[in-house]
Amino acid sequence: MIKKNIKVVNELGIHARPAGMIVNTASSFPCEVWLENEDGMNVNAKSIMGVMMLAAACGSNLLLTANGGKEEDAVKAIEKLFADKFDED
Amino acid sequence: MLIKKGIAASLGIAMGPALVINKEQGRAEKRMLTPEEAHAEVHRFKTAVEQTRADLKAMRDKVLSVLGKKHARLIDAHNLILSDVIITQTIPKKIRGKLINAEYALQEALDNIERQFAKIDDEYFRERRFDFIDVFKKIASHLASAEKASSENISEPSVLVASSLFPSDTMAFRENKSVLGFCTDLGSKASHTAIFAQSAGLPAVVGLVDISSQLRTGDYIIADGEQGIVIVNPSAAIINKYKARKAELEKEEALFSRLKDLPAVTVDGHKVNVFLNLDAEGSPFKWKRLKAGGIGLCRTEGLFMNRSILPSEDEQYEKYLELAKAYSGCPVIIRTADIGGDRATKLGIKGLHDERNPFMGFRGIRLFLKYPELLKTQLRALFRANIKGNISIMIPMVTSYNEVEAFRQIADSAIAELAAEGRPAKPCRLGIMIEIPSAALIVDQLLSLVDFISVGTNDLIQYSLAVDRVNQYVSSLYEPFHPAVLRLLHLITEAAKRCGKEVSICGEMASDPEAAAFLVGIGVDTLSVTPKMFLRIKNAVRKLNFKTSAAMALSALDLPSAKKVRALFDRENSTHSKL
Repeated sequence: MIKKNIKVVNELGIHARPAGMIVNTASSFPCEVWLENEDGMNVNAKSIMGVMMLAAACGSNLLLTANGGKEEDAVKAIEKLFADKFDED
Repeated sequence: MLIKKGIAASLGIAMGPALVINKEQGRAEKRMLTPEEAHAEVHRFKTAVEQTRADLKAMRDKVLSVLGKKHARLIDAHNLILSDVIITQTIPKKIRGKLINAEYALQEALDNIERQFAKIDDEYFRERRFDFIDVFKKIASHLASAEKASSENISEPSVLVASSLFPSDTMAFRENKSVLGFCTDLGSKASHTAIFAQSAGLPAVVGLVDISSQLRTGDYIIADGEQGIVIVNPSAAIINKYKARKAELEKEEALFSRLKDLPAVTVDGHKVNVFLNLDAEGSPFKWKRLKAGGIGLCRTEGLFMNRSILPSEDEQYEKYLELAKAYSGCPVIIRTADIGGDRATKLGIKGLHDERNPFMGFRGIRLFLKYPELLKTQLRALFRANIKGNISIMIPMVTSYNEVEAFRQIADSAIAELAAEGRPAKPCRLGIMIEIPSAALIVDQLLSLVDFISVGTNDLIQYSLAVDRVNQYVSSLYEPFHPAVLRLLHLITEAAKRCGKEVSICGEMASDPEAAAFLVGIGVDTLSVTPKMFLRIKNAVRKLNFKTSAAMALSALDLPSAKKVRALFDRENSTHSKL
C-alpha cells in the first residue's frame, strides 16, 4: 500500500473536468485508489461522485492511497495529473 | 393573480399558456422482489442506464454541432456519472442483495448523494449535485413506463412548466419554435439547463420550488427571466406592461446582435475602450453577453451592505476571483470600498455617528486610512485574487498626495505579508478616482504615484459646482456641460496624456452620447458605462468622427455657458447626420 500527500495547485480546483480525469486515470489501474481530504472524507478515486464531493479547491491538501496491482504506477499517474494542473491552461 | 419568486436563469420575457410536462413523479415506492425477479430487475435497470447513455450520446452530438466543445464537455461529465460505481455496482448490488425494485434503489442512492452534497460549504461544488440529480432522474424516466408529454409534440406556442428539465429537453426547445420559455421547480443559475437556455436565447425562471404542481396546462403565465418571477393569470394592466417591456427588450436584442461583435472605433479609426460599470455583489456572468472589453469600475460597497459583520478576506477573495476569471484576459478595475461612516457603525466599528453632510464627510479612502486593517483585508483579498494579473485597484475620494502614499504603504505591507505567508498573490496596477476638484488640480503630481486615473464625473460636477443633486432647489444647477467642468476634464486628460497614462471616465457623463463626443474628443481612452447604456454608447462611438470631435471639444472649452456648449453639440450633430 502506498500513501502520498498531494496538493491541489490548479486554479479552479477539482471541478467536473479534473474529477473526470482522475476517475479515468484511476480506473485504468487494477489497484484500489482512494483520496482523503483535510476533513477526513475518504472517497473512491474511481467514482466521479466521490471525487467531486471532496470539494477540493485550489490550495487544499489530499491524501492519496493506492493498494493492489500496479499501485506504484497509479500513484505516479495521478500525481502527474495534479502536477500538470489537469492541463488547465 | 399569483406571483412566484424563483431564480432568473435566462434573460427575456415569455408570455402565454402554460404547458406542464415532466411533473414530479413523486418518490419511488418500495416493492419487494423474489431472487428471480431481482435478477430481471437488474437487467431492467441496466437497460435504462444504456438508454440514458444513448440519449446522452445523441445529445452530445447535437450539442457539439450547435453549441460547441465547451458545452459538450458538460455532457461528458454526465457520461462519467453514468459510469460511476454507484450506478454500475452499488445499485445492482442493492437490488440483488435487498431484493428491492430498481426505482427504489435509485431513489435511495440519490437521497444519499443529496445528503452528502448538502454538507459541502462551497457553493460551486454544492451546485454540482444537480448534475447527479439530472442523470438519476433521466434513468428514472426510462424506468417509468408511463407516457409523458414531450416538448416535441407541442402544437400551440406555450411556456413550458416542469419539475426539472434535462439539457436534452432544452435542446429540443431550441429547435421547436412553439416553446416560448420555461419555468422549473428545481435548478440554479449554474445548472446546465440554465446555461443551455441562455445560449438558446430562451427566457427561463428556475428554482420555483413547486410551480409544476401548482399550475395546470392552459393557465396563462408570464415568465420574467429578468427578475426571476412568474406571474400566473396576470391582470390586463400587467400584461400590457410586460408587452411593452418585451418589445423594448426585442429592440435592444436586435441592436445587440448587430453591435456585440463590432469594435468600438470611430468612423476615422480611433479606438475607444467601452467598458462596464458593475457591482461586486452581483453575478459577474450576467453581462458577459455584451462582450465588453473590460470592467472600468467594479464597486465593492455592496459587499459591506445589509450585514452586521465585516466581509472576511476569504469571502472577498472568492468574489474578486470569480470576477477576474469571468473577465479573464480583460482588465478588471476594482474600487476599494467607498463606505461612509454610517455604514461603518452598522458593521460594528465604534465611535462613528450619522453625519450632517456625508458627501463631504468620512468615507472612501478617508475612512480606510483611519481603519487600515479594513483596507488591508480588502487589498489582501484583491492581491490573492489577481492570479491572472488582470485586476487593477482604484482608490475613491482621493484629495491629496499623502493619501495615495499612505495607501501604497498599506498595499506594500499587504503584499509583503502575503509573501511571508507563502500565499500566492500578485500586486495589482493602481489607479485613483478623480472626483474632487483638488485631486483634479494636482493630477500631474498624483500621476507619479499611480498607473491610471478614472474620473467620477457625478461627484466631480457636484463638488465643482457645489450642487447637491438630491436637493430639489439646486438640482437644476447640476450641469455636466458647464464650461468649468469641461475645462477640468480637459486639464485632467491633458496631464495624463503628458505622463503617458490612461484616463477613463466612469461617471454618468460617459453614458450620455453627446457628452461622449466631447470626452472622446479630448482624448479620453476609456468610457466605462452601465450595462444598460453599453451598446448605445458603443453605437455612439462608432458614429463619431474623432478629428471633428477633437476640434469641437477644443472650441467648446472657449464657450462661456453650458447653453452655448449644448448648442454647439446639437449643431455638430445635425450637420453630422446630414452627411
